[in-house]
Amino acid sequence: MHLAYPAVLSALLFSTGLYGVLARRNAILVLMSVELMLNAVNLNLVAFDVWLSKAARETLHSGQALTLFTIAIAAAEIGIGLAIVLAVYRNRGTSDIDKLRDTAEGHESDGPGDATAAEKAEATA
Amino acid sequence: MILAAAASTALATPTADAAHRALTATAAGATHGFLSPTGVEIAFLLVGLVSFGAALVTVTTRQLVHAALWLVVTLGGLAVEYLLLTAEFIAWVQVLIYVGSVVVLLLFGLMLTKAPIGRSPDADSGNRWAALTVAVAAAAALVWVVVDAFRTTWIDLGGAAAGSTKVTGESLFQNWVLPFEALSVLLLAALVGAIVLSRKAKAETSPPPVNSRAGTGGSPSVPDSRNHPIEGKSPAEQEGAR
Amino acid sequence: MTTTTLAVLVPLLPFLAAVAGLLLGRTAPGFVRPLAVVPTLAALALAATVAADQGGGTAIDSATELTPTGSIPIELSLHIDGFAALVAVLVGVVATCVQIYSTGYLRDDPRYPSYAALVSLFTSAMFLVVYSGDLIVLLVGWEVMGICSYFLVGHYWETPEARAASIKAFLVTKLGDVPFLIGLFALATDAGSFEITRVLGTVASGGLDHPTLIALLLLAGVAGKSAQFPLHTWLPDAMAGPTPVSALIHAATMVAAGVYFVARLLPVFQASSAAMVVLALMAAITMVGSGLAALAQDDIKRVLAYSTIGQLGYMTGALAVGDRGAAVFHLLSHGAFKALLFLAAGVIIHAAGTNSLAAMSRMSGLRDRVPDAYWTMTVALLALAAIPPFSGFFSKESVLGAAEHTATGHTEHVPGGAGWIVLVSGLLTALLTAAYATRLWLLAFRGRGAEAPDHGRQPLSMTVVLWALAVPSLGFGGLAYRSLPDWFDGHDLTPTLTTSVLGTGVALVGGILTYGAWRHTTALAAGIPLGAVAAHPEADGGLVEEEAIASHEPAYGDVAYAPDPADPGRLLLGPLHRHAAVGFHLDAVYTVLFVRPVQAGASLVRFLDREVVDTYVRGAAALPRLFGAAVRRAQTGNVQTYVSALLAGTVVLAVAVVLVATGA
Repeated sequence: MHLAYPAVLSALLFSTGLYGVLARRNAILVLMSVELMLNAVNLNLVAFDVWLSKAARETLHSGQALTLFTIAIAAAEIGIGLAIVLAVYRNRGTSDIDKLRDTAEGHESDGPGDATAAEKAEATA
Repeated sequence: MILAAAASTALATPTADAAHRALTATAAGATHGFLSPTGVEIAFLLVGLVSFGAALVTVTTRQLVHAALWLVVTLGGLAVEYLLLTAEFIAWVQVLIYVGSVVVLLLFGLMLTKAPIGRSPDADSGNRWAALTVAVAAAAALVWVVVDAFRTTWIDLGGAAAGSTKVTGESLFQNWVLPFEALSVLLLAALVGAIVLSRKAKAETSPPPVNSRAGTGGSPSVPDSRNHPIEGKSPAEQEGAR
Repeated sequence: MTTTTLAVLVPLLPFLAAVAGLLLGRTAPGFVRPLAVVPTLAALALAATVAADQGGGTAIDSATELTPTGSIPIELSLHIDGFAALVAVLVGVVATCVQIYSTGYLRDDPRYPSYAALVSLFTSAMFLVVYSGDLIVLLVGWEVMGICSYFLVGHYWETPEARAASIKAFLVTKLGDVPFLIGLFALATDAGSFEITRVLGTVASGGLDHPTLIALLLLAGVAGKSAQFPLHTWLPDAMAGPTPVSALIHAATMVAAGVYFVARLLPVFQASSAAMVVLALMAAITMVGSGLAALAQDDIKRVLAYSTIGQLGYMTGALAVGDRGAAVFHLLSHGAFKALLFLAAGVIIHAAGTNSLAAMSRMSGLRDRVPDAYWTMTVALLALAAIPPFSGFFSKESVLGAAEHTATGHTEHVPGGAGWIVLVSGLLTALLTAAYATRLWLLAFRGRGAEAPDHGRQPLSMTVVLWALAVPSLGFGGLAYRSLPDWFDGHDLTPTLTTSVLGTGVALVGGILTYGAWRHTTALAAGIPLGAVAAHPEADGGLVEEEAIASHEPAYGDVAYAPDPADPGRLLLGPLHRHAAVGFHLDAVYTVLFVRPVQAGASLVRFLDREVVDTYVRGAAALPRLFGAAVRRAQTGNVQTYVSALLAGTVVLAVAVVLVATGA
């Protein structure tokens, strides 16, 4: 099989994930996009591992091992990430990334919107 | 220019210079013809298109739950691709972990954050066009580089499976055992961290709502009892690391 | 002690007194009065001793060089001839009288310590000018007097009149001092020395290259200091200061300095006949104009101020005809009777509670309230009007005699035209002087109306001084005119028959005319009530005078003028009265010529600074601010935007690297 197929597919998937990370508003959708990017990398790793194990007599199977590790790390990441999103949601009443602008220039930290959001979060929790 | 030609080959479209490309490919690969895709390649291409389409829907749909479901399609497609690449074990792990647990976790997250069921018009933020520009630019750059670099490289899929459970297991437990064990510690730490983060703070009930942000997010007001589980676990983690 | 040592002590003692007074004024108020009076008195005694030692003989010269100063040496030097010795005695007498008088006049003034110290410094500076044999040292004393006059005229700085007058006095005299300084440098460059004797030696040998230029530059400074036309306008306004200060400035120190300076350097001026004609013209305009203005003033002190300007005109006139003996003779006698006039006027203002002649003419019995002031002022006014045998007669006749002498062509180096100018204007001024002296006396002491308020007797320190000064006013001229030529250049100062008859005749005519006019108008006075008196008549003289000056403008509409139809001056001057009262609009002319252009220039500069220069500054700030706003806008707080920018940059860099690596 031509190596370009998995490589190109991987690149396209990665870019799709990239778009999702940058464009999505909901934090959980951003996490999904991150998963897409990770999978794109995994596909690359597997494809190259298969190619090298046949062509270059590379016997460590590092690509597949690293793929497994990536999957494990992705699982951990998704757990922690979801926990963070939940905590943010509980505090702010929202999980929209573009509303978390505490670092903005001229940001008013204790505006009325924040207060109602906090009350809402309280009620939710 | 070579790059332009590479881009055209990447899309696998027969163009005017395809004959010339086939000649060079034949000269390089000796046994493989570019214009005569094998069955595996056709299958890979079709599944890949499905995966890519599902991924696109995932990042563009306005229904949040649908996005998670389309992610399942993408991840499943990838699992099929792994199978096509003879990496069986990875494919099953992919199905088990991703499709089985990660997507479920994501769905739980959506539910817990009260994500709206149905179409939500504001699923994409304002910098959609900037994101699109960056993504397209990144895709063009990556595809261009990858195709330019590997346009004469073929994977030999014949012979023993490259990623059977036996092969993978041998490799993992002979050569990669120490990282494997360390990974277990990582998972444990992630587990504990997730629990700590998502658990409701005890002190949160008494102070007024103004302090609620600091009470959960900031460490200064965290009660001592909350830190005990982590400290209690840390010797075990060190043991596991050894 | 040698005469030189004594002479050095004369300016030094008041200077030390001034320093001590300024230092001890607050901590030891008990020492202030002795510190003010005793050193001045000692300086007077020393000056008298120096004069006796010098005795009209050869000049005493003593010089010491402190440090080498380059091509033209500056030395601490004394040059005491007959002029210096006698003028120093006059300065000592007047300064002592003023200091003694001030102890009573400013009895309760909280700023008396600094006032007394400044008067001492003033006296010291004048002694320095008189005794100095070096032009630069003379200039130091000259300028110290300028700054002291600024402080002393502004003594009542609570009133706007005093503030304006002090600034005006300072600026106008400085306006003359700038050309004066340039003239001094030019003179020293031509002569090769600042030392007066060497300068005069150079002049005598004809070594002066630009005599007219130098003389005219120096004349500017003299006109400013001695209040000659056209720089005389500060002197009437300087009446806003306390009366003793007026006496000091007008009689012996500041205004005398200019005359004394010209007398001392007369050969320099005589080297240029143009300068002498200018001097004569200046004197003539000053004399006649001030006489007319004095006739129209309502403030008693302003009458005396214009009279001072006129008498100074006599002195410069005498200098213009080349007779410095006559000039200094008139300076001496004028110093005595003008000091007396001012000090007596201070007593009258205190007693009457007003400085307005119009208000005094509506008070009866003022002369009985202040008999000392009445008699001494009568003597001084007769001396001012040059009635024989008072001292003013002899000194004025010596001036007129010198002018007649020149006019008939008997004086070398001086054009005859100058003599005629001085003679005619001098006779005219004699008429005017007698007229305003009579008017002053009649309005002040022959008023009819309500009884003058009784504030008890005046302090002894004030009345004694009046009598002390009345003696030289009465007898100095007659006793001294024979012996003075020995001290001076040797010119005869005896009155000639022609000028005596003419001068006394016009003076009598002026007096009789004024009396007639007064008889005609005085009946009107009763019909029109007018006047305002000070709010605190029981206070010391200084406070009463301050209130009188401050209330003159609100009460009468002008500091110099009162709408009084009973004024004989109004009848005598006719339509000229209105213009004479405001000094012939010279202040208005100066406002148009100098003040407005300067203010317009200042507002132009302000406009340029605000609108043009600041525009560049603001423009320079706008660009960084614009960049700052743009960069700040990038800080949206949206993480996705940040990451977008980051990744876009990464892609660009990666493509660039690949392109470079592949050599495309």
